[in-house]
Amino acid sequence: MTDNQDPVLLCKDLCISYYTRAGEIPAVVDFSLTVKPGETIGIVGESGCGKSTVAMAIMQYMGANGGIKSGSITFKGRDLTTLNEDELRSIRGSEISMIYQEPFASLNPSLKISTQLMEVPLAHENISKEEARKRSVQMLTDVNLPDPERVMESYPHQLSGGQQQRAVIAMGLLSNPSLLLLDEPTTALDVTVEAGIVKLIADISKKFGTSQIYISHNLGLILETCDRVFVMYSGEVVEEGTINSLFTWPKHPYTHGLFSCIPLPTTDKNAAPLKPIQGQLPLPFERPSGCYFGPRCDHFEQGLCDKDHFRMENVEGSAPDHRVRCLRYKDIDHTKEASGDTAKESLEIGKRVLNVDGMKKYYEVKDASLMALIAGKSVRHVKANEELNFTAHESETVAIVGESGCGKSTFAKVLMGLETGTEGEIRHKGKDISDIEVRDRSTKQIRSLQMVFQNPFDTLNPSHTIGGQISRVIRQFGIETDKKKVFDRVMTLLDTIKLPRDFYFRKPRQLSGGQKQRIGIARAFAGNPNLVICDEPVSALDVSVAAAVTELLMDIQREHKTTLLFISHDMSVVRYLSDRIVVMYLGHLLERGTTEQIFAPPYHPYTEALLSAVPIADPEITKRRIVLEGNLPSAINPPKGCPFCTRCHRKIGDICDNEPPQDQVVSDRHVIKCHIPIEELSKIKPVIIVPDESERIHAK
Amino acid sequence: MILLLLKRIGFMIFTMIVVSIILFLLLETGLTGDPATRVLGNFASDEQKEIWRDQQGYNQPVIVRYAKWLGNFATGNLGTSIRYKGPVKDVLLPRLWNTAILGFWTFAIMIPLSLTLGILSGMKEGSLLDRTISVFGILTTSVPEFASAVFFSALFVFGLKWLPGTSSMSDGFEFKQLLLPAMVLVVYDFGYVARMTRASMAEVMTSQYVRSAVLKGLPYRQVIIRHALRNALIAPFTVIMLQINWLLSGVIVVEFFFAYKGFGALLLEASLNNDIALLEACAMVAVVVAVSSQTIADIGYTFLNPRIRFS
Repeated sequence: MTDNQDPVLLCKDLCISYYTRAGEIPAVVDFSLTVKPGETIGIVGESGCGKSTVAMAIMQYMGANGGIKSGSITFKGRDLTTLNEDELRSIRGSEISMIYQEPFASLNPSLKISTQLMEVPLAHENISKEEARKRSVQMLTDVNLPDPERVMESYPHQLSGGQQQRAVIAMGLLSNPSLLLLDEPTTALDVTVEAGIVKLIADISKKFGTSQIYISHNLGLILETCDRVFVMYSGEVVEEGTINSLFTWPKHPYTHGLFSCIPLPTTDKNAAPLKPIQGQLPLPFERPSGCYFGPRCDHFEQGLCDKDHFRMENVEGSAPDHRVRCLRYKDIDHTKEASGDTAKESLEIGKRVLNVDGMKKYYEVKDASLMALIAGKSVRHVKANEELNFTAHESETVAIVGESGCGKSTFAKVLMGLETGTEGEIRHKGKDISDIEVRDRSTKQIRSLQMVFQNPFDTLNPSHTIGGQISRVIRQFGIETDKKKVFDRVMTLLDTIKLPRDFYFRKPRQLSGGQKQRIGIARAFAGNPNLVICDEPVSALDVSVAAAVTELLMDIQREHKTTLLFISHDMSVVRYLSDRIVVMYLGHLLERGTTEQIFAPPYHPYTEALLSAVPIADPEITKRRIVLEGNLPSAINPPKGCPFCTRCHRKIGDICDNEPPQDQVVSDRHVIKCHIPIEELSKIKPVIIVPDESERIHAK
Repeated sequence: MILLLLKRIGFMIFTMIVVSIILFLLLETGLTGDPATRVLGNFASDEQKEIWRDQQGYNQPVIVRYAKWLGNFATGNLGTSIRYKGPVKDVLLPRLWNTAILGFWTFAIMIPLSLTLGILSGMKEGSLLDRTISVFGILTTSVPEFASAVFFSALFVFGLKWLPGTSSMSDGFEFKQLLLPAMVLVVYDFGYVARMTRASMAEVMTSQYVRSAVLKGLPYRQVIIRHALRNALIAPFTVIMLQINWLLSGVIVVEFFFAYKGFGALLLEASLNNDIALLEACAMVAVVVAVSSQTIADIGYTFLNPRIRFS
């Protein structure tokens, strides 16, 4: 990469608008970008900031109501905005190609992978079908897909999510494009699968010399994949620079705010809690004058920041391409501020609330195929949960970690009484509830065991008001029956979740995602439960919103001494807020212990891989990279020995394949289920290494 | 796949038996009035009715009678029509054939026409072409057959004098006579299928895989034919298969209007004249057609949708 090379892509003063009945909505304003050959550019921002619009504008695929208002997009010397359909078609897919967020949706369900791959070179080059096929198979091998011939003959639904995304990446690379656009390519995937895809993406530019634009909301992923990064807020770039300068010395208050919202290994829920950005993202037609971030900024100065809209300027004393859109960046000394919010008191762990003892849940699956009938195996078992043992205490946060399909949601269902356990016990306050269905539970039991769901968008009834929905819960639980008292109780709950009281009369569609999730929390806490299951409560939310909701949960827990069971796949959130962690894989509990024990050796090899897979948005933290091969085995046909043996990077031999491992007790309540002796596991070096405070140059 | 086929056929037979029981209970037992009165009329004496019952075997237990009846049906002995004074089979088969001819031509025109127009209009939602086709579709569907039959007769028979006004085929089969009834049916049903196709196509066109096909740089024609069409045809396919059922009874008005000697007209006559045996045969034919068209639809699905084929 040298500076005198001609840029691959040059966006200059780009303004993109959508035209609706309500009038013109400026989606992106004043956007300039240069992509050099072989360079990877990251665009980061929260939803609605215009990052995907930029990608679609580069592809010139804006839909009927979108248009480029001013500025130019020059690709290899040609202005894309002036090309006609035919000229665009010759560039799309051959010179610029795109990888999408959801691989399954972007593959045609009724065509074989081979057809979908081969048509790319066939459309752009004059080659034979055999040649196209040969090249497709080669490309599938290049993206590390095992058995490419079988993949070629598969339909998309026969592949796993990771395989689908690899196939889509292969499709994008087939005609050796100069520029690859990646729009959140790993958001829909599991963490360990994500780690593999991220490694592949990082290798692409080395192997093929392809320039890339990587769009993501995850700063950690950007750090791992990109050379330069653009931070977008409300349709404009607020800061740009090399990874090194921007991550080490973020200048814009918004960039800084984003870092304070991510649970980095340096944050702590009590000593240095997350600091959410105040306020909300303005709607495109409600943007303030001057700095768009003004109303949410701690350093806002009246008469300066709210006057005219201003342009990007170079940061003095930093790298030449580090630019920021802020008038006061020189006055703000981020080192003086505490990186986190003010410290909060830590909680005393109380008596035991939940005791899970040998809980098993098997599902029966009826196989109706002729083969199964002949073989006499028409009924088989999906072992969703196998021998779960753990406890949870009052005021404690216990995290259940694992990838999709590991059985964590099944456990939540049994706990809530939506399913009954097959064997074993779940004792809640001493009473076994594993085989009592929810309709047979007493109101008191239901009230004390509640749940916050993953997707706040679907859990509220769209035709009832917020107040009505919460009041109903209060009456159902028999907490209050008097109309006035119910109303008062709703008001207190709205205060607890820090929403204005007039939300009582609002309908769910008038609320943002974060606000809906707050309502979900209010509903769960309406009956003062002593145990609340949170099933990925923040994974559908934006970074700054997620931080606020996480903090809210913590605050309510402090107030009510609630036990939280936190189900998640995100190790960084889990590390931040939980006291104890349970690691699950394929229905088995592989490791359990306190957060410190889990995050330090000895690790279970799977825990080690999970820790390694978490992207960390701090360039000074070093991490050992472990990429798991293969897919999660089917729960109908699990491995005979250790459940993790098919993907384990520390497999010691046949014993792993043939014998199920026993629990090994490391210390009190720290248990690892593995064949490798604890002494061996203890010798493993830590995955994440945080440098000492004195060695750090980071602005924090 | 074989198992699926066997299952579908088993289910088909089961449905037909259930319907036959209901049919038998309704028409052949005292549940909805005395069959003897229905056949002999209100003025027959009790003695006459008793003799008739004895002759026809109506005094045997219901189960025995049903078994016999079903056996007869299965072996093709459909009984005797009192209206046509002959075996039902001889009356029914030519009529069914006539309706099949009418149905065939209706479909041969209607399906290509509505699919093409539906796809064209779904390709660019909101375009002038789309709006024109949609409005035309609603317009034709909202005019009932009896109204359009009158209108077309007025235009082509009395106005332009191009086509004959009746389709009785009294001098043997004549294609010209088929045109008007087919036209009425096509016009009525076309809008419905076209709108279904349009909705399905429009949805597919907004899907991400069509977007990725466009952004692969494929020619537009290939995007439509290879990527959009196959997925867009799944929903209209079901609707078209359901249209076969509709056609069997939907032709009553048209056949009666144009004096076409088809199945619908026969069904009408049978019910007006209390011709029990004929009515039963007609009903069973309708059931067989309905069940088998749905079975074909289910099997056709697996070919359109690989997700069902390899699950």
